[in-house]
Amino acid sequence: MEEILQLLSEDAHLTAAQIAERTGKSEDEVANAVAKFEEDKVIRRYKTVVDWERAGIEHVFGFIEVRCAPERGVGFDAVAERIMEFPEVHSLYLMSGAYDFLVVVQGGNMRDIAYFVAEKLAPLDHVVGTATHFVLKRYKVDGDIMIDRAQAKRLPITP
Amino acid sequence: MARTQPRISQRVQGLPPSGIRRFFELVEKMPDAISLGIGEPDFVTPWRVREAGIYSLERGHTHYTPSRGMRPLLQELALYLERRFGLRYDPERELLVTVGGSEAIDIALRAVLEPGDGVLIPQPCFVSYVPCAALGGGRALPVSTSVEHNFQVQVDNLAEACDETTRVLLISYPSNPTGAVMPRAGMEALVEFAAARDLLVISDEIYAELTYNGPHSSAAAAPGARERTILVGGFSKAWAMTGWRLGFAAGPADIIEAMVKVHSYAVMCSPTTAQEAAIEALRACDEDVDHMRREYNQRRRVIVNRLNAMGLDCFEPKGAFYAFPAISATGLTSEQFAERLLEEEEVAVVPGTAFGPGGEGFVRCSYATSMSLIEEAMSRMASFMSRVSG
Repeated sequence: MEEILQLLSEDAHLTAAQIAERTGKSEDEVANAVAKFEEDKVIRRYKTVVDWERAGIEHVFGFIEVRCAPERGVGFDAVAERIMEFPEVHSLYLMSGAYDFLVVVQGGNMRDIAYFVAEKLAPLDHVVGTATHFVLKRYKVDGDIMIDRAQAKRLPITP
Repeated sequence: MARTQPRISQRVQGLPPSGIRRFFELVEKMPDAISLGIGEPDFVTPWRVREAGIYSLERGHTHYTPSRGMRPLLQELALYLERRFGLRYDPERELLVTVGGSEAIDIALRAVLEPGDGVLIPQPCFVSYVPCAALGGGRALPVSTSVEHNFQVQVDNLAEACDETTRVLLISYPSNPTGAVMPRAGMEALVEFAAARDLLVISDEIYAELTYNGPHSSAAAAPGARERTILVGGFSKAWAMTGWRLGFAAGPADIIEAMVKVHSYAVMCSPTTAQEAAIEALRACDEDVDHMRREYNQRRRVIVNRLNAMGLDCFEPKGAFYAFPAISATGLTSEQFAERLLEEEEVAVVPGTAFGPGGEGFVRCSYATSMSLIEEAMSRMASFMSRVSG
């Protein structure tokens, strides 16, 4: 079953028939397993890895460190829920170390992100400080290398 | 005085020309052909191994190592052989690091053969065994294997080919080109046969990490095997390190000592950078190897399934990364099949005859290439088959 998830996590396009052929299971078995994964939200969604830069569409990513004073009784979760609902927030993590949340924000340009931080994030109750870092270049995203490199050549026939 | 003797030794003149040379030249002229003829991983060496090689160079480790190999590598090898195959070797006396598994085969034969000694070689087999036996002064005694026996050599056939001069049994499971494996009981029978005739066993287990139906059984693990077995392995296949040229031999101290002698005169030592990288391969790369094995297994299922579906009977290869389908039903020879497939569909496979006469009626299809290329190659082959058999 883990192999099915592994395959789909690498290529969401794979059909049940293809997965069945690769894993040596029957097509029904695979289709049922995938349906169950979807039902149980083990598979949450099928997405596409887009290289926005190559598409010529400007996307700016910012990594924002957020320090906060957690809310009494509900801890960090209540703060997190307020942050994550903003559509600009691409990812949100509670961290160990020098700050509490790492907020990944996606916007059309730097101004959008600066505005979001200044107007929405920083003024939130319990947020005591932010530090914004803009992404200059994306080399590897979610396991995918985003820059082209020449493939090493092999001899066409070897023993 | 005029020279009367030919410049090239008879021994070398007598070697057969490479069975894949002509084919190589044909494929080279077709840059868009999909090649299923490549006997090396399509994966690049895992990054942490490459990084260890870079670090080795950065620190200026560019000198010779001891002939036998760097001590830390020998120690890691001993741990690895015990961890993976339950084999215990003394790193100081019973191991040797070679320039690929190929060198280990060559020097093992040179170290043990007297002129004219027979070497039993089950076929079809890797291309270098017969020439290496000849270069070592021996005589290759081919032993055929058949698809009916899953290309596992049978003791009866060995006994038929064995004569008084026979000194070595050279086996290789998992097999290139057939993908056959040899289960434990079979290995034990081979070793028993070798013991009864007092033969040395050279066991090329370069594909030991690439088995798909359970773990590999080493010939050296069979009862009574240790004292007469030279185990050959290497980093090329499982760690995708072909270009680093690094292999090893494990065996009784007297034979390894003799091999070290030949090795030191021939090459001095194995490449230092590769040795340092290999330490990292053994220490930290099990997950990389697992990942590659899993991918090969998926491709294996696809290629075997498609070959059978298009009417090419393909026995289930349980190791290495080759499928070895029978093509005799097409009425073509292996060479004709491979040549026409290349010309008509731009798909390269290797005629089985490149691996000995026993390979007639088969072609070798390597699945060490990406899934998308395998799928494309299989659909081209299917349309070729519908023409040929239609």
